[in-house]
Amino acid sequence: MYSTSSQKSEKKRRILGIVLEDKTGVLERLTGLFVRRGFNIETIIVGKTSKHKIAHIIISLDADDKTIEQIEKQVYKIIEVLKVVDLSENSVVREHCLVKVNSTDKTRADIQNFASLHKANVLEVNHESIIIELVGSPEKIDHFLEIISPFGIKDMSRTGINAMPRSN
Amino acid sequence: MIREWFVVKMRGTEAILNSLVANKTKHIFGFPGGSIIPIFDELLNYEDRIRHVLVRHEQGAAHAADAYARVLGKAGVCLATSGPGATNLVTGIMTAYMDSSPLIALAGNVPTTLLGNDAFQETDMVGVTMPITKHNFQIRDPNEINSIISNAFTIATKGRPGPVFVDIPKDMQLKEVTKEKPVEKILGFNPNLKGHPEQVKRAAKMILEAERPVIIAGGGVLISNASNELAKLVESFNIPVVTTFMGKSCIDENHPLCLGMLGMHGRKAANYAVAEADVILSIGCRFSDRITGDVKTFAEKAKLIQIDVDSAEIGKNIPVELPIVGDAKNVLSELLPIMKINSQKNSAWSEKIKKFNKECNCHFDYSSHPIDPRKIIFELNKALKETDIVTTGTGQHQMFAAHFLKMRKPKTFISSGGAGTMGFGFPASIGAKVAKPDSEVFNIDGDGSFAMVIQELATCKEENIKTTQLIFNNSYLGMVRQWQEIFQNKRYSGVHLKRTPDFAKVADAYGLKGISVERESQISKSIAEAIKSDETAVLDILVKEESNILPMFAAGTRHSDMFGGCVQTKGVLF
Repeated sequence: MYSTSSQKSEKKRRILGIVLEDKTGVLERLTGLFVRRGFNIETIIVGKTSKHKIAHIIISLDADDKTIEQIEKQVYKIIEVLKVVDLSENSVVREHCLVKVNSTDKTRADIQNFASLHKANVLEVNHESIIIELVGSPEKIDHFLEIISPFGIKDMSRTGINAMPRSN
Repeated sequence: MIREWFVVKMRGTEAILNSLVANKTKHIFGFPGGSIIPIFDELLNYEDRIRHVLVRHEQGAAHAADAYARVLGKAGVCLATSGPGATNLVTGIMTAYMDSSPLIALAGNVPTTLLGNDAFQETDMVGVTMPITKHNFQIRDPNEINSIISNAFTIATKGRPGPVFVDIPKDMQLKEVTKEKPVEKILGFNPNLKGHPEQVKRAAKMILEAERPVIIAGGGVLISNASNELAKLVESFNIPVVTTFMGKSCIDENHPLCLGMLGMHGRKAANYAVAEADVILSIGCRFSDRITGDVKTFAEKAKLIQIDVDSAEIGKNIPVELPIVGDAKNVLSELLPIMKINSQKNSAWSEKIKKFNKECNCHFDYSSHPIDPRKIIFELNKALKETDIVTTGTGQHQMFAAHFLKMRKPKTFISSGGAGTMGFGFPASIGAKVAKPDSEVFNIDGDGSFAMVIQELATCKEENIKTTQLIFNNSYLGMVRQWQEIFQNKRYSGVHLKRTPDFAKVADAYGLKGISVERESQISKSIAEAIKSDETAVLDILVKEESNILPMFAAGTRHSDMFGGCVQTKGVLF
């Protein structure tokens, strides 16, 4: 839990789950802290939990061991924060992505084919484009976007990483 | 249900002041304005319970309340109006934040109906103070007033103290409290105050096995009132103790094992002892850059045990062998009984240290003209009683005081450490005097620092607050000038203040005692005269213009690279 050595570990993707009271300004407190201390947020999602007035924030970022330890402790000092959990390992990690792909009469079938092979849902089809929804690990989404990019991506929106610790 | 039939309606302002009284507020330092008129009106009804000290600038209110809090170890309260009144508190709030002082800053705001409309004197103070407070609140419902104010006090004082800002829109002051809500439980605030017993046991073992132990005592020792426990630890095992700037006065500085201040302008005895130590016990110290210099070479021979109530401070700057999260007094009280007292322990090491410490007690009774700043400290040391309080501004004079002044009792040295706020000293001396009216309060200040808050002379005069202002007047911003001399090859830029104003005449204009001191023979007499006086005296002491505070090491360098000072040993103790 505490850094006992000055050696820097490697930077890698970390995921933090933060449970906090849902009060005015709490998101500003959290993001302000990250900016001030020079911690760079990769993705952030904010949502409700099953408990009344308790919110949940999942943040992903690149950091080494020492930095992530400092972040956890500093975040924990925010009065509204109830719990900080490291979800980097042994947790289910998912992201949701909407992508609008250019399509013509020629390519439409191919795109739909790719989508179904990747268990993605087609949400809207018209003459110029197709909107596809995909849920999966960030890597899976990266992979899918790479595959369909030759068709031309008109628009894309990703939610950022959501995560939950595995039960065992 | 029955109670509700008899509910006496209460205005918001009453709820605020009742809550302040319930939280043992006896003094408020403040300055009024449009958005806070209702509270000032209510203050008249509370004159028998709360004394309001009218300052002349809100920054003064914040510093005075901060110093009041530091001296008494309880929350200090300041009060200002919205907009510029509130932003003028900001420097004071930041100063309290950097030095972990329980300051409660209250400010008015425009009515909630106008919030966000850029109304006259509106500022988003919750946003402004977010990075410089432990927590802040905005009152949005008069029924929450008591809950918010009580929680502000709890948060400010419990665990690692810090400032809390409370924003009070004007309509919240005027509206009636219809059904007061109970004090809300702060779910996410449970500071760990007791040290983990296993960790404490390990610490005891490490300290007993050490051959060259050193204690670094920081501001945390003062905050948790752990001075007695510290002295017991030092004496039972002959462990030399160095203090950080914030830890100054936590142990009697005439104690042969107290090596004085550590760091950039610290004493060589302290710096070299830390460099030589094999085990360091750090108590309530956050290892700022001014303490460590180059972090890679700082105490490189030592294993570190770190006690801190704030777990985020552990291992933040320096790697830690053994962390103990807990309140200093609690942890030391757990530690002492499990260590078998051994008065022979460390005797060889401590004798060497004592010897070097003595050599380092260099002669600073300098006789010179113009006056050497050290001479003033020498004279003040003689005049100081145990319970007297010294505050300082920021700059060379502050480091002269930190380096040479010998304080004996805890919480008698009040200065802006982390923030290094110029202009802190004078209002701080006012706050300290209000907190401890029976103590003499001396403010060691610079001509630059003092001029920044000079308007508070009116506060001293009109509120009958007696302090002694010792201005080390070198007509320069001395510390910046010293850096420009040493590191910029004497290219002086923006530092020459010259001889304006004549501080004694300014004091006179405020109806106070002003004394010009130009010769060293006048120093002790003037100090005596100031002590005897019933009102604030300003001693404008003209000192040598280009004197330096030495020894020092340059930012980011090693302790062994210290230069200057009267002890010539370079980098090694023995």
